[in-house]
Amino acid sequence: MSTDVHQDVFIQEATELLQELEQSLLELEDNSEDMELVARVFRAMHTIKGSGAMFGFENIAALVHSIETSYDLVRNGKLGITKPMLDYSLKACDIIKEMLTDPSMKADSPLALKISAFFTETGGQAPVKKQREPVNKEELLTSQNLTTFRITFKPSADILLFGSNPELLVKEVASLGEASVSALTTDMPLLDSMEPEKCYTYWEIILTTNKTENDIRDVFIFVQDESEINISVIDDFTGGSDSLKKIGEILLEKGDISHEELTSLMDSRKLIGEVMVEKGIVSQDALDAALKEQQHVRNVREQKAAAENISSVRVPSEKLDFLVDLVGELVTVQARLSQIAVKENNQEMLKVAEEVERLVWELRDNTMSIRMLEIGSTFSKFKRLVRDLSAELGKEIELVTHGGETEIDKTVIEKLGDPLVHLIRNSIDHGIETPQERVAAGKDHKGHITLSATHSGGSVLIEIADDGNGINRDAVLKKAKAKGLVPENSELSDKEVFDLIFAPGFSTAEKVSSVSGRGVGMDVVRRNIESLRGTIDISSVQGKGTTITLKLPLTLAIIDGLLVVIGGQFFIIPLSIVNECIEFNEAAHKSSSGRRIIMVRNELIPYVHLRSFFDIREEAPEIQQIVIIEIEKRRIGFVVDNVVGDHQTVIKSLGKAFRDIECISGATVLGDGSVALIVDVQKIYTGIE
Amino acid sequence: MAKTILTVDDSASIRQMVKFTLTKEGYNIIEASDGKDALAKTGGSKIDMVVTDLNMPNMDGITLIKELRAKPEFRFTPIIMLTTESQDSKKMEGKAAGATGWIVKPFQPEQLVTVTKKVLG
Repeated sequence: MSTDVHQDVFIQEATELLQELEQSLLELEDNSEDMELVARVFRAMHTIKGSGAMFGFENIAALVHSIETSYDLVRNGKLGITKPMLDYSLKACDIIKEMLTDPSMKADSPLALKISAFFTETGGQAPVKKQREPVNKEELLTSQNLTTFRITFKPSADILLFGSNPELLVKEVASLGEASVSALTTDMPLLDSMEPEKCYTYWEIILTTNKTENDIRDVFIFVQDESEINISVIDDFTGGSDSLKKIGEILLEKGDISHEELTSLMDSRKLIGEVMVEKGIVSQDALDAALKEQQHVRNVREQKAAAENISSVRVPSEKLDFLVDLVGELVTVQARLSQIAVKENNQEMLKVAEEVERLVWELRDNTMSIRMLEIGSTFSKFKRLVRDLSAELGKEIELVTHGGETEIDKTVIEKLGDPLVHLIRNSIDHGIETPQERVAAGKDHKGHITLSATHSGGSVLIEIADDGNGINRDAVLKKAKAKGLVPENSELSDKEVFDLIFAPGFSTAEKVSSVSGRGVGMDVVRRNIESLRGTIDISSVQGKGTTITLKLPLTLAIIDGLLVVIGGQFFIIPLSIVNECIEFNEAAHKSSSGRRIIMVRNELIPYVHLRSFFDIREEAPEIQQIVIIEIEKRRIGFVVDNVVGDHQTVIKSLGKAFRDIECISGATVLGDGSVALIVDVQKIYTGIE
Repeated sequence: MAKTILTVDDSASIRQMVKFTLTKEGYNIIEASDGKDALAKTGGSKIDMVVTDLNMPNMDGITLIKELRAKPEFRFTPIIMLTTESQDSKKMEGKAAGATGWIVKPFQPEQLVTVTKKVLG
């Protein structure tokens, strides 16, 4: 690129000039009368400014301009050299140097502004500045604290008689950002009663800007006493993209129509706006203004999204998946390298192996983080669901979301949608009562569903909480007994009762609605969550509400595992749930009663022989290890032959032939090429409970 | 065509500053030293905006604004008054007389330009 070549030449030239400039400035300090030096400074400045502007360094040109002017005055004997002048000139040299390396740097750093201000003052002549530079759209859209305001400007009828031109004010407001202006003429009288010197028009401006309300009010400073100026925030870009306001809502908000009028019209099939105009409730003007507002908000949001996307790169997700696969392979190979290095006991090689290990880990974490998505996009989908469903069922429900910025692996998010839909539907249908019931129970007539996500170690907790009626324990128990899910005379804890909801073929709703109540829901939800290696937990207080907590792993591709051996066969236990490993002597613990319980730190812990569980026939060694894991706040021990250590586990599925094998959730390839099976701890736990 | 602005002030330095600032922005400037002088100078070319001080000998700013607003050709002309901060009541008085806006003294040249652009376009 030829411009780049020129730029390079300029940078080189400017660097030399700056050196000369600095030299001259320092000499001037000792000998401020030397006009030859002043001329040299001026020439250097002039060249830097001129070429700078030519080669795309407008920032430098802007900065140097005022300085150059000052030195011109000095050169013509109109100004004397002062100490601060030299100080600022030297500082300017530093800034220019920075600008040369970073052309995007603007001449608006505090120091640069100070320098410009100083020389503008001494030089008298300000660089000719354009008044109110048009707002840079790209910059505006990506800027923080962007807000969309609705400004209603109703000038007094006599405004023109004070020499104010309302049109100029409207234009000034519009220049603050991205604006849609509607002139409203509803107050315009008929021709015979109209006074031409009066102003009957009023304006509505929808403005998206990074300025504050006060900045907008400043525009109207001369006319604010006589005019009606209303400024309200209509969009601060915090909500999801689906929450665009309906025309009816906008008109209602502005007071153009009443609530009753709106609801009475909602049933009609036609476009609501047209109906309103037909019935004469709102004028065509007011409707157009509302439509314009809707359009404006939509456009700005789209543009903002587009502008923000520029700073990121869109990549097909398959490419990422492939990258994750490759990293997985790399982790395996790295494990092999480490193993060989240890076996050979080669110090040089060990060093390299360690370094590779560190790099691979970093690579793994980075690759995983690329695949992470904010869960907020999933959350925002539910706003619509809650809105539609609650309307259908005649309930008033508000969805509140927290922690939308929580990141979770894309593959997990994809599989999370259906279960969440189910759970939220359940909350709406079974949980939250009708407004009448709620008021009778002394609650706010509006129900709330709170959807929140938080990080908790290597997992993400997703909570769906409603403030509805809670689960009717007795009804659940009765139903379960009637369905024969539990024995007639059994006594169950609350938790056990709530767990019944997840049993296949269970439904408590008296009537089957279109929304839920077919009893196929919760068991499917549980299976879905478990297939993500997650857990589901339910708690409920009668009359107060129900909270369902999902615990999900951050990623499905690679986990930290604990590598253990049983009879020469390798197994992986997910490290995140491992509590501790202790030595275990079978003979010493041979309990007379035959119960498998071990005392660990004054706590009785049941244990399982994985050897017999997996039916491995080889003889157990005399001293074994017991791996204590914690699930659902309960501890349980797995007896294994030997614990090898922690292992980066790249999860591979077992393939179709082995899909139905229970208690094994997958496999991984070890460094030496052998296969280790990943123990499905959850399944074993529920199996033996 | 360049717009014409009438600056009315008994202080020559203020007039000088207004003239210097606005000429640079491309406006024609007519100077007047007080209200009487100003009225005498309005007969000629069309005046697009007036910048006037309030405290002046012979005829003060408020009277000038009233006189100007009474003239048909000045009914819609922007009139900016220069006031000092202590004169809040003056500000109201000026508005009542028909002033479009005000600039509080002392002010920076840029402020004058901003206000001029605001009312004159």
